[in-house]
Amino acid sequence: MPHPILNVEDVSKTYDGFKAISNLNFYLYEGELRTVIGPNGAGKSTFFDLISGRAKPDTGTLRFGDNTDLTRLNEYEISRLGIGRKFQTPSVFVEHTVWNNMVLSLAGSRGVFASLFQKLDSTGRDRIDELLKLVRLHDKRYWKSGQLAHGEKQWLEIAMLLAMQPRVLLLDEPAAGMTDEETHRTGELLLSLAGKHSLIVIEHDMAFVRQIARDGTVTVLHQGSVLCEGHFDEVQSNPKVRQVYLGRGKTT
Amino acid sequence: MSSPSPLPSAADDNDQKPSRLIGEHVPPTPYHQPPPLRLRVEIALVAAIALLLVVLLPLLNLHGTVSDFTINLWGKYLCYALLALSVDLLWGYTGLLSLGQALFFSLGGYMMGMHLMLMIGKLGQYKSDIPDFMVFLGHTTLPDFWKPFQSFPFAVAMVFLVPGILSAVFGYLAFRSRIKGVYFSILTQALTYGAALLFFRNDLMMGGNNGFTDFKTLLGADIRSPDTLRVLYLSTAVVLLSVYLGRRWLSNTKFGLVQQAVRDGENRVLFSGYAAGHFKLFVFILSALIASVGGALYVGQVGIINPGEMTPDKSLEAVVWVAVGGRATLFGPIVGAIGINALKSYATRAFPDLWLIILGGLFILVVLFLPGGIVSIPGKLAAAWKKFRTRNNET
Repeated sequence: MPHPILNVEDVSKTYDGFKAISNLNFYLYEGELRTVIGPNGAGKSTFFDLISGRAKPDTGTLRFGDNTDLTRLNEYEISRLGIGRKFQTPSVFVEHTVWNNMVLSLAGSRGVFASLFQKLDSTGRDRIDELLKLVRLHDKRYWKSGQLAHGEKQWLEIAMLLAMQPRVLLLDEPAAGMTDEETHRTGELLLSLAGKHSLIVIEHDMAFVRQIARDGTVTVLHQGSVLCEGHFDEVQSNPKVRQVYLGRGKTT
Repeated sequence: MSSPSPLPSAADDNDQKPSRLIGEHVPPTPYHQPPPLRLRVEIALVAAIALLLVVLLPLLNLHGTVSDFTINLWGKYLCYALLALSVDLLWGYTGLLSLGQALFFSLGGYMMGMHLMLMIGKLGQYKSDIPDFMVFLGHTTLPDFWKPFQSFPFAVAMVFLVPGILSAVFGYLAFRSRIKGVYFSILTQALTYGAALLFFRNDLMMGGNNGFTDFKTLLGADIRSPDTLRVLYLSTAVVLLSVYLGRRWLSNTKFGLVQQAVRDGENRVLFSGYAAGHFKLFVFILSALIASVGGALYVGQVGIINPGEMTPDKSLEAVVWVAVGGRATLFGPIVGAIGINALKSYATRAFPDLWLIILGGLFILVVLFLPGGIVSIPGKLAAAWKKFRTRNNET
């Protein structure tokens, strides 16, 4: 077994008495593409909040790479470590051009004073060109990103994450609001990223999950902890999973 | 028949030159820059206005065509323009609505005012070495913290240091606690109100509610003489031009990109690895310094500074100048500050009771019908003209 790049052990998080995450154990391995599914309120987004530093766990440990304790770091420190997060609703800088969104995301110094004199070099320019072609936004590179369609904004945000050269990508419903064809292309893109990066993808659309989880592991979250983990077919035929998705509330 | 300039083709897609395919979005460099025509118009306009304010107006005053009163009045307007620029740097470009910028403006005025008070010497009403208000309060010696202000360079240093340190401490605490939006506005308002109450107190030894006035000399020259006032005006105009150019440069750096990104999506900024709080702190301190320099230039030209200048309504007025002139534009705040203050000079004489109603009405009208402010009018007219032309061509 390869070395886990992300170790989540015995983590709990309570909001106003509601246990959003409860004794969660989760391991992500280097180069893996992991799909996380679960009914509404299963704690999927809270899980990302905890990894990315937006929320702190009440108990438990979150470790990254060579034993870096994520619970002590804030959002931008975690981002600089190489954990990139894409939000459910696309979050791009709507007043900036597509190109400038990429300039801001490009890996490099993040300091206040450095930003006063930093110039874009040809390596960076090539990298942006390459990524924008990858997500098919190169023709629209001088558009204001607010003018892009919903699906294009999702792609731009993915390209922005890639520009940061992250080791781990957290993607919250990356195909939301896309047409079937766009969704499929997004799936192909994510599959091509696995190996070079480690990915966790939260998803609802089962056709999309089947596509991206064809060689990987699917984790089912329920009430803040892992209900089951395994190959897509195993998970789909698991009676507990069927009960959670279909028969919630009827059997206790 | 072959045309000398071939139509853009897909092959052009790779080069860095703006492509015609992209229509109106054609920045020639990686960072955002306005289209060349607009840029050329802007450069010509700025050069013309700079020439008028920095060269022509003082020369005409020297010749006698422009009165000393007018020069002095415009000096005051340009100081207000500096305050407006400081508000817009925070509010327009970074999304931080500070309702306390008048505090930093006043502090700059007070620091310079302390030096001017000491330069009165024995020329005051009481013929004493210490400022009149101290004699009036029964003091016989100068408080220790006043003594270094005998030196003009020290006073200038304090114009930067006092607002700089105050804004650094306040900003550090506010941004570390991630105070945002309306809470930030309320806190800055409370800060300036608190400071005003403090400065109203006589035992602060800063002149109480009368503040500082009755200045006599500046660097040995009579402060009311036309020559001194012309130099003060000229200094203000040069400072304003430098701040304008500096801001122009800043908005084209990566810093400028981050600054506006903080305004439009602070989350994405944080999750892209930028410490948004550090950027906000830098902008907050920079704005405080710009306001303070404005205040320091103001006090010599107006001849008085008192705690009334730091009450919250003064800061609010500056916000109105920015909104009316054009928020998040380089030029709007200057237009707003000069325009509204010129209107104020006229209206407070013509309709003294109606001024606040006029100001409030103007603000409401702009917010409702002209969100881009006065500087957005030419663009709107051009768009309307283009629409009118195309409609006529169709019929």
